[in-house]
Amino acid sequence: MTLNGRHIRLVIGLGVAAVLLLGKLFSLQILDSSYKEDANRNSTIYETIYPTRGVIYDRNGVVLVGNKVAYDILVNPREVTAFDTLALAAVLDVTPDFIRRKMEEYKKRRAAIGFQSVTMLRMVPAETYMRFDEVKYRFPGFRGQVRGMRYYPVNAGGNLLGYVSEVDANYIKRHPEEYRSGDYAGMTGIEAAREEDLRGEKGYHIYLRNARNQIEQPYKDGAEDKEAIPGKNITTTIDAALQQYGQELMQNKVGSVVAIEPSTGEILALVSSPGIDVEQLSDIGKHYADIARNPYKPMYNRAVQASYPPGSVFKLVNGLIGLQEGVLRPEMMYPCSQGYHFGAGHKLGCHGHKSPINMEESIMMSCNAYYCYVLKNILDNRKYDNVAEGLDAWHEYVESFGFGRKLGSDFPAELSGSIPTSKTYNRSYGRGRWNSTTVISLSIGQGEILATPMHLANLCATIANRGHYFIPHIVKASEGVEIDQRFYEPQYTLVDTVHFPKLIKGMWRAVNSGAGMGGTAWIAHIDSLDVCGKTGTAQNPRGADNSVFICFAPMDNPQIAIAAYVENGGFGASYAAPIASLMVERYLKGTVKRTALEERMKKADLMDRVKHD
Amino acid sequence: MTERKVHIRQSVDWVLVGLYLLLVFIGWISIYAATHSTEPGSLLDWNSRAGKQFVWILTALGLAIVILYVLPPKLWEATCIPFYVFVLGLLVLVIFVSSDVKGSHSWFDLGPIRFQPAEISKISTSLLLAYFMSRQNYRLMRTKDFLLTVLIIAVPMLVIVAESETGSALVYTGFIFVLYREGLSGWWLGAIGLTILLFVGTLTWGPYWAILVLAGVLILSNIVMGPPSHLRRRLIVGGGFVLVMSLLPLLYNHLCSLVNAHMDWLSQRVWVPAAQEDYHYFWSLIPKLKPLYILLGLSLAGVPWLGWRAYQTKDRFLAFTLLVFLAGVLLVFSTDYIFENVLQPHQRGRIEVLLGLREDPAGVGYNVTQSKIAIGSGGLLGKGFLQGTQTTFGFVPEQATDFIFCTIGEQWGFVGCLIVIGLYVLLIVRLLHDAEACRDKFTRIYGYCVAACIFMHLFINVGMTVGIMPVIGIPLPLLSYGGSSLWAFTILIFVFLALYRDEKKYF
Repeated sequence: MTLNGRHIRLVIGLGVAAVLLLGKLFSLQILDSSYKEDANRNSTIYETIYPTRGVIYDRNGVVLVGNKVAYDILVNPREVTAFDTLALAAVLDVTPDFIRRKMEEYKKRRAAIGFQSVTMLRMVPAETYMRFDEVKYRFPGFRGQVRGMRYYPVNAGGNLLGYVSEVDANYIKRHPEEYRSGDYAGMTGIEAAREEDLRGEKGYHIYLRNARNQIEQPYKDGAEDKEAIPGKNITTTIDAALQQYGQELMQNKVGSVVAIEPSTGEILALVSSPGIDVEQLSDIGKHYADIARNPYKPMYNRAVQASYPPGSVFKLVNGLIGLQEGVLRPEMMYPCSQGYHFGAGHKLGCHGHKSPINMEESIMMSCNAYYCYVLKNILDNRKYDNVAEGLDAWHEYVESFGFGRKLGSDFPAELSGSIPTSKTYNRSYGRGRWNSTTVISLSIGQGEILATPMHLANLCATIANRGHYFIPHIVKASEGVEIDQRFYEPQYTLVDTVHFPKLIKGMWRAVNSGAGMGGTAWIAHIDSLDVCGKTGTAQNPRGADNSVFICFAPMDNPQIAIAAYVENGGFGASYAAPIASLMVERYLKGTVKRTALEERMKKADLMDRVKHD
Repeated sequence: MTERKVHIRQSVDWVLVGLYLLLVFIGWISIYAATHSTEPGSLLDWNSRAGKQFVWILTALGLAIVILYVLPPKLWEATCIPFYVFVLGLLVLVIFVSSDVKGSHSWFDLGPIRFQPAEISKISTSLLLAYFMSRQNYRLMRTKDFLLTVLIIAVPMLVIVAESETGSALVYTGFIFVLYREGLSGWWLGAIGLTILLFVGTLTWGPYWAILVLAGVLILSNIVMGPPSHLRRRLIVGGGFVLVMSLLPLLYNHLCSLVNAHMDWLSQRVWVPAAQEDYHYFWSLIPKLKPLYILLGLSLAGVPWLGWRAYQTKDRFLAFTLLVFLAGVLLVFSTDYIFENVLQPHQRGRIEVLLGLREDPAGVGYNVTQSKIAIGSGGLLGKGFLQGTQTTFGFVPEQATDFIFCTIGEQWGFVGCLIVIGLYVLLIVRLLHDAEACRDKFTRIYGYCVAACIFMHLFINVGMTVGIMPVIGIPLPLLSYGGSSLWAFTILIFVFLALYRDEKKYF
């Protein structure tokens, strides 16, 4: 065995290995030029230029949400010298511990930070920054950077406007490549609904850095820089004065008011009470814990998210279905003996009023018994094989009014409510084991019906339009901002236009018959305005009944349709009707003459009645 | 034997010493270049890494002088058994007392100084190996001797694996070259090399490429070492097969994106549902025809056919190759299967990190990408001393230690890399040359061990920075920052120099 040959073989092997390495190096360093470009990218620095966020206007050009100047406090840890932590903390309105913690963190991350500046504090108000600016010379390495901050000249309610806050990791994940940490985005309300228009586009300045990571000069003299594009201004359909008035009337009550312009579907006011104070909105991060802990859940936008039984307001829908199905004629009289009696000793109660009555009077006086007959006739119609089929036909009608589904508005987080079908009852009673009396409470808007205040306002607008509605929306088309085509298209119900006037007459009489004539909503009467309304008193399993009212005005060529829902407010006429009526007066007349009523509503405090978890 | 007096100046191999000093110096200025922006200061500033390295270099030189001129050369052979046992004890001890440094338990923390017994263990293992294998009547191919030899190498290696220092453990596989020099069959070398290649290849490149590399190696060896008939046909068929298969994944990706585009287009059209489903089904079949299945399908058809041919032509080498191929495929899939299905996610994660498949939270391969950018941007001549943008600001992690080669690549370019790798090759060749010149078997084997250690470190480290080896953190000998490693390589080399001089003195 000649082992000396092996020495040579090993040397050859070593040569092969060296050639392998050098070959790879050759391809990396000489053949492939892409690494040089990557290196260029590594050695440039992008400085982000933040755009100003779009302003939100009301329908008359009043600023609802504007911008004011705020500052981020940046630190370049390498430039920081020994400084007075206590003094800096006092100036910046933070604890000394916060600053110590931050400096400690930068020390740990110093390799990653290098010569860059990092943001220590975000969104410092201008007043604080002014204080800092005066003593800045004492703190080398610290500087401010301008960032826009939201401000709110009108108290239009936090739930309507929504808040803007720094995006979290989750948000970034849901919007890949659109946001980076440190960016702000609208999280709720209009801010979220029109985030894409409002945010604008970030720009950047590119700088070159040398091997010491010091910025030397603008890259290509700024030729590749991109300036920030400011966000688009948004004009909303909101009437700022009406919205603010609604906020005032609803204070210390739980519930909401939604007002819609029937001819367009534009939302004039959207009040959810209790709401987030606009004072807290600009710095939501600071108040978030308080808001989240509040037992009345101010974050919860009741106008589009609370599902309530609509109560007697729903009689209008049943009446219209009855008319369309031909099982109800306006002149039909039904008796009412303090309620509707069915089965063996069962009764659905009613209040005292004259008997028998026709349809118009049934609306005016809100008779329960009348609508029990109507619903029974709808469901037990010979046209249908059984009650299940009848109910499903009824369901189809109800859904055409927008109930039981999302209306498709541009306001985020809208809920659908629910309207029962035969399946609902088959599930709880079994197929064929229920009949029209089982579901009789549907006649008066109780039982398995749930609707949001927005649904009710939409119902009111539908009646005001005599049979069709426009999808409620909050943003008006304006220069550079388009709204979806669907908002321009009338949505027709399955009930013919001819059936509406008779019912509307009843609604008119409910309001305009004068006190003592049996009209349930006389309190909503406004001089020289033909207000048409319908009260509702919905059962609330947790305490006093909910007060419900919808109305529109004037009767001919209606300008406003409104729904008010006050939790635990009692009769429809006690709170909901006055509040809605005052808002109509404010909107159509500009001023409110009924100052005593206005005062009483503003002062009323129902919070004690509301039971919360 | 008469004692010939040789002047000491002549008997020390000054060429080796010169190469050693040159590399140490290059390391020192590279460390300065890599860290001068984050740790400003002069070359000699004690607080900077370059300053600390200077102290390490001075102490290492002191150590070298002690080894050359103070300690008796016979000491090494005489104490190698207790030394080996002692170091082994340290290796085990460190698992229990060390602090966790990036998941590995291999550092002794002695106040200001930290050191890794794994570094010393290279020395003690080399010495014991040389002692054991140079004994009279030692026969490598005798089972008992062979097993003991393997044991000497494997025991510290396994303990180091237990310390989660896979990189250092991998260096020990280099001793196989020493065994080869001392008479181990070349087949062993090939088999072990191929096994490691397939194992690491399966995990880093995936089964497809692992099998293709296996096929390539076997086809090549068949052409080179098989019977010389039909050479041209073999070359065309084999080469064509490897070439087509290498391009297949590219073709497949292209095809998949075409099919996806077509499906998108389809989904925007109104179709009769049933027909649409059939049509969709047909198209959805194409992405399922993965390259791996094609490769396996061809192998399934090819192996029996080649087997039949081997039987007909009595080509034993071909039959052997086919068996190796089948065993290799089995190894690839069992590795893949065990890795993907048997191992728990955290175990898998550990191996991925060890193999550098998942190095850091910034994403798979961040280190390698940054390292390749740094080296690639150096071009032919580099950006000049201290002018590198990638290595001076922390784009490349561990740039003074494991990734020091990036600094050379960026600042001195391809020419710099060529020179540094050339210096290493010269160092290793010189070591082998000197070792071969020795008459004492102990010195020769020890010399080969030193060369093997340096070679393994060089190949793994540089291979890692250019992306052909997984990211396993081992230093570049003499260049990387750190006293532990510099001392270890100084001792390794200078013990050899002392032994070599001793030899010259007496023969």
